[in-house]
Amino acid sequence: MESTYVQEFKVIGGDFLRAGQVSTRIKSILKDIGINHSIVRRISICAYEAEMNVVMYAQRGKILFSMNPRKTHITVEDEGPGIEDIELAMREGYSTATSEMQEMGFGAGMGLPNIKKNADTFHISSVVGKGTKLQIGVMI
Amino acid sequence: MTLRGIVQKLDLIPLGGTGEQNLDKKVTGCYASDLLSDVMANSKEGNIWITLQIHANVIAVATLNDLTGIIFVNGRKPEQETLEKARDKNIPLFMSKLQTYELAGKMYQLGII
Repeated sequence: MESTYVQEFKVIGGDFLRAGQVSTRIKSILKDIGINHSIVRRISICAYEAEMNVVMYAQRGKILFSMNPRKTHITVEDEGPGIEDIELAMREGYSTATSEMQEMGFGAGMGLPNIKKNADTFHISSVVGKGTKLQIGVMI
Repeated sequence: MTLRGIVQKLDLIPLGGTGEQNLDKKVTGCYASDLLSDVMANSKEGNIWITLQIHANVIAVATLNDLTGIIFVNGRKPEQETLEKARDKNIPLFMSKLQTYELAGKMYQLGII
């Protein structure tokens, strides 16, 4: 069996000060083991956007990062309001961010589309009132 | 052009002892935007970033994209947490009295594209 590296991170909703820490950590793990630059970049974008979504919309969430010699996988599961219309949420430019978040430069409606663009595999599921789950895979 | 060259030519004000050791780094280009996802998606490694966002999350964006530095326009001063994180992550921060359009124009004239 191939060896798999697994690490779990917690994300706290509304904690804008620590927001970005998990994706920065994931990036530095990948950089340290010498993964190709453009791959690191794509995973970083996916991780950052997913992390920010938890910070912006959910109460809390966890990010599971795993990696084997062929691919990396990021699973993000949050407890939050969920997404009513996933197709709409995936549309570039659509956002439910508050005006305060938008003033901070978040909520451009680019997060989920950015993840999809940079991932090799992407799956999103959501239950309104419970939370959202993202599964993101990037081949190394 | 190096970061030092740009700082001198554009009268950028270095902030709070952030990243002096990076001044000899080569700047590969410039990206001007206030939308963080846009910067994540479209800036390139080694770019210098022009923005008016001064909160701490800009440091995560700069770190994730390996940007050479951030310039805050309109004389905006970063929040304390932003300075602290910049020191921690070794991201040079600067302030310009100019607004984005003017600063980007001058940057372009320097051949930074």
